[in-house]
Amino acid sequence: MTPVLRCAGLTRSFGALRAVAGVDLTIAPGARHALIGPNGAGKSTLFKLVTGTMQADEGRVELAGRDVTGLSEVRRCRMGMSQTLQHSSLFGSMTAAETVELAVQRHNASRISPVRSTRPATRERAEALLADVGLGGRGGVLVPALSHGERKQLEVALALACRPRLLLLDEPAAGMSPAESSRLVELLAGLPSEITVLFVEHDLDLVFSLADAVTVLHLGQVLLSGTPDEVRASEAVREAYLGTGRRSELFGPAAETSGGSDVPAGS
Amino acid sequence: MRTLSALTAAPTRSGGSAPTARRPRRWGALTGALVVVVLATAPLFLAPFATTTLTRILVFALFAVSLDLLVGVTGLPSLGHAGYFGAGAYAAGWVSLNVTAEMPVPLLAGAAVGALAAALTGWITVRSRGVFFLMLTLAIGETLQQVAETWQSVTGGANGLTGIPSTRIAGQPLTNAGFVHWYVLVFFLAGFGLVWMVARSRFGAALRGIRDNEPRMRALGYPTALYKYATFVLAGGVAGIAGALLVAQQRLVTPADLGFTTAAFALLAVIIGGAGSLWGACVGAALVIVIRDALGPSLGGHGTLVLGIVFVVVVYGLPRGVAGLRRLRRNGTDR
Ligand SMILES: Nc1ncnc2c1ncn2[C@@H]1O[C@H](COP(=O)(O)OP(=O)(O)OP(=O)(O)O)[C@@H](O)[C@H]1O
Ligand SMILES: [Mg+2]
Repeated sequence: MTPVLRCAGLTRSFGALRAVAGVDLTIAPGARHALIGPNGAGKSTLFKLVTGTMQADEGRVELAGRDVTGLSEVRRCRMGMSQTLQHSSLFGSMTAAETVELAVQRHNASRISPVRSTRPATRERAEALLADVGLGGRGGVLVPALSHGERKQLEVALALACRPRLLLLDEPAAGMSPAESSRLVELLAGLPSEITVLFVEHDLDLVFSLADAVTVLHLGQVLLSGTPDEVRASEAVREAYLGTGRRSELFGPAAETSGGSDVPAGS
Repeated sequence: MRTLSALTAAPTRSGGSAPTARRPRRWGALTGALVVVVLATAPLFLAPFATTTLTRILVFALFAVSLDLLVGVTGLPSLGHAGYFGAGAYAAGWVSLNVTAEMPVPLLAGAAVGALAAALTGWITVRSRGVFFLMLTLAIGETLQQVAETWQSVTGGANGLTGIPSTRIAGQPLTNAGFVHWYVLVFFLAGFGLVWMVARSRFGAALRGIRDNEPRMRALGYPTALYKYATFVLAGGVAGIAGALLVAQQRLVTPADLGFTTAAFALLAVIIGGAGSLWGACVGAALVIVIRDALGPSLGGHGTLVLGIVFVVVVYGLPRGVAGLRRLRRNGTDR
């Protein structure tokens, strides 16, 4: 089967820093693929190269077998990629519902009319999406009045509103309360298999409860790509994360892993 | 487990949850209708000079509304918008002098030339941002003014176009101040209605998204440069219509009409009114015209100074302009 996403030799430098250095990545259709790695590993940068927010210095990106390396972010989104950002970036003057309607109307069959206002169908779908991510009844609230966790939920609704084939989530659960975060896991687990998910997450409990494939990024390079069990068993991964240390500290059932999501993002 | 209604094929959710809060539109519509009635009947009880002032307000208000579409709705703070207003005015004046002053012709010429000028200059402009956008629009406005001053054979140079014949409808020239007022009022309403419709459409929602967060709009799949370009051209066309109405009213165009001062006054009107609110821009335009033209002479030529003071007071006292007053009251009662 053609992979939904294939990256080959993706590279991006900031000055002397090679933030993403020759990354090869293949995502199978319907996968729940986690991308993990210590702070500053290049995960967010890799996401930006995939979605076209940032241009790669080298390498290529294929979406469902089609080379999209030269295409703009707008085109890639229209072809079925959508993303949530690590630091939520929304619309300050809009309500939650208006925000989602904006994405829904763009990915409807109908044109963006310069004379007609929002269709009832658009409203309904936006409302349903908000309910799905746990923001039911919060549609009328202005975005700046939402809590941090609610904004992250809104980000997910916004990304889903784009009817993605490939959904990229950059630390979707960071800053969410445990209740919000388990709701998110439930939502992601319940997504239809036509939606392939690639997500970055520091909370390894969440990663291993959801992912069917894991890629570990370290210093801009792929350290390991495999099943969750392979990653759990890997010495190299443990060292990348902790320098040295006992594996149980990292992957044990009662480990301190949830603290990872609270670590502020590296610069 | 919950069903993911929005993601499965046919969402059949019945409207169980509360609809998003709708603002009460009735009072707005009622006030609007009242204002239109007053504007339409004004020539019947106002002296010609007062009527003419009101006409000038309408012309300037339409220009300010077109600028507000850029500044307030799309977040493009243009300093050169008077260029398209003036281009429309020159086109209408030239056509009236050299071809015909018969009704739709000067108006269409103004709209077309305003839009064309915006189309020719807009593509680079909308792709710049921040200070570069300011400088580019400023430069374009200044360039258009230079063209008006030096292209003697067409624009009349520094004197501008004088002795422009009255607009004619079915052969009848509009000489009476009241008829001119009604003529301007009709096209003010048409232009305002057009901008208003665009601003509240799905396209308008996208424009507000671009104003708030353009990179995010691109990530959602909106070709933002194209949207901004279309808006720039539309705003140029509406400014051109306002320019044609200016000519119908004052029957004179000078290079000052497309200079920086005119652009700055329009920006002042938009900010006083509250950027993003179209009716606010009209109120702002009324204030600007009344203070500058009507009260100016009696203030010993200090109209601009008074405007400056009004501006400072508004910026400090009403950060959302006149339109913000209504929002304040609404928040006080409704929430
Ligand atoms: N725009 C930029 N300019 C310069 N350096 C950057 C830029 N973006 C990222 N970097 C650097 O590139 C490296 C990788 O950053 P990136 O944000 O991709 O890491 P990450 O794996 O997402 O980390 P985190 O887990 O903290 O989110 C970091 O060292 C970061 O400082
Ligand atoms: Mg990151």
